[in-house]
Amino acid sequence: MSVAGAAADGLLVGALRRIGAVAVFFFRILAQCLPALGRPRVVVHQVYNAGARSLIIIMLCGLFVGMVLGLQGHDLLARFGSEDALGVAAALGLLKELGPVVGALLFAGRAGTALTSEIGLMKATDQLTAMEIMAVDPVRLVVAPRFIGGLVALPLLVAIFNVVGLFGAQLVGVQVMGVDAGAFWSQMQAAVELDDVAEGIIKSVVFGAACSLVAVYEGFHAAPTAEGVGLATTRTVVTSSVLTLLLDYMLTAAFL
Amino acid sequence: MTAAVQGLPAAAAAPEVVVDVRGVHYGFGRRAIFAGLDIQARRGRITAIMGPSGTGKTTLLRLITGQVAPREGTVSVFGEDVAAMPQRELFALRRRMGMLFQNGALLTDLSVFENVAFPLREHARLPESLLRNIVLTKLHAVGLRGAANLMPAELSGGMARRVALARAIVMDPEILIYDEPFVGLDPISMGMIVRLIRRMNEALGITSIVVSHDVEELGAIAHESYLLSQGKVVASGTPAELRASNLEVVRQFMEGIADGPVPFHYPAPDYVAQLLDGSAR
Repeated sequence: MSVAGAAADGLLVGALRRIGAVAVFFFRILAQCLPALGRPRVVVHQVYNAGARSLIIIMLCGLFVGMVLGLQGHDLLARFGSEDALGVAAALGLLKELGPVVGALLFAGRAGTALTSEIGLMKATDQLTAMEIMAVDPVRLVVAPRFIGGLVALPLLVAIFNVVGLFGAQLVGVQVMGVDAGAFWSQMQAAVELDDVAEGIIKSVVFGAACSLVAVYEGFHAAPTAEGVGLATTRTVVTSSVLTLLLDYMLTAAFL
Repeated sequence: MTAAVQGLPAAAAAPEVVVDVRGVHYGFGRRAIFAGLDIQARRGRITAIMGPSGTGKTTLLRLITGQVAPREGTVSVFGEDVAAMPQRELFALRRRMGMLFQNGALLTDLSVFENVAFPLREHARLPESLLRNIVLTKLHAVGLRGAANLMPAELSGGMARRVALARAIVMDPEILIYDEPFVGLDPISMGMIVRLIRRMNEALGITSIVVSHDVEELGAIAHESYLLSQGKVVASGTPAELRASNLEVVRQFMEGIADGPVPFHYPAPDYVAQLLDGSAR
């Protein structure tokens, strides 16, 4: 076998091993989710950490994305003389794609990195080992509440992102470009189905699970040094982003 | 002789062995750390494990607490093989052990009080008033009752280690393991820790295992010492016996001699040859 072939084999085996390790870790977390929910205060605190602290960046970005949608949508639709459909275009674009995807990417950058570095630092300072020695499973006490927190927070953040985004699209489309407000809202109301909303919600839940899992996995398995935690944080952003876009394609294909 | 040196009442028989490490082999990849290690810690005694840096002292503690399993040989605690235990039993065993980490390993998001209360909250359903009294008693024992409301970031290194000690004893363990308890402390803090280790052992009868390379401090408190080098026990006995040893490696360690069986130079090619040969690095 060629050298390149052997190297490719090594990469493949490495990738498979990593996917397997993440899957095993995922089941370890799932098994501890119920016990973790027995302490609602800890979980709520993590929802706050992952959610409320990402609010500003999510709202700011939602506004800009919506405004760009208003401009580009108006430009595109004006070529067909159907500017009145701007509301539909903006709503479907946000609900089905931009909300969940951009929301998840921002979430990975803001909350995911915070989770990874927090857990990684706890590991580097022996706190996780200390818990194990005190006969406390750190997956139950540290990892599971943070995973649930991210899982709950992202769909909520995406919903807020969508609302602010629609406001932004309306701001530019109606107030600046002069689309009729009645047409903007009524066409949106008529065209957007419950299925479209559901697609966005399902996507945001899946992305929330994926990004949170990657973040806690990387933190929990970081090399217990300053350099290791830094590398793990970078890996969280890269892996979460790629995974989000890959899952987005798969889910979109499944829904259409 | 042994008993007289330590000022202990002469016992008819040595106390039972609580932690028994027998013929343990362990390593990372091809690098062997232990090659046939034998160590026994007896009930109510302070057992010191000494050795130069990099002899796997911390790894030994991970073996005793069941965090890693030996390649060969057995580690048994209270007569049971740690490596063969399912997690539930291992956790039950760990509740009978306390461990003091090198840097304290306090949970950074909890106050001093909550750190010490942590094992109790996890394992015992106690009324709040009783829990408070237990925690304050343990904090008082390490002299930090007044620091109960501080956060770990506000503590000095010595204080953090004393809080960690209070946490380690809050479940009244039968075995207490100290990982490098003297590293990086000023002389006053060091004296406090030495006194605390001795007091825990005398007052509570806790079996103590102290991993360290501070010969002076250990000599003052240990009943038995093991000296590790290159994966094996090279000498054991009371600190006085070790100090009187003729073995070169023991003398080098006890007296802090820079070169000897443990070489000053890391293995390298011939000095002159390397300097003259410009190509190699």
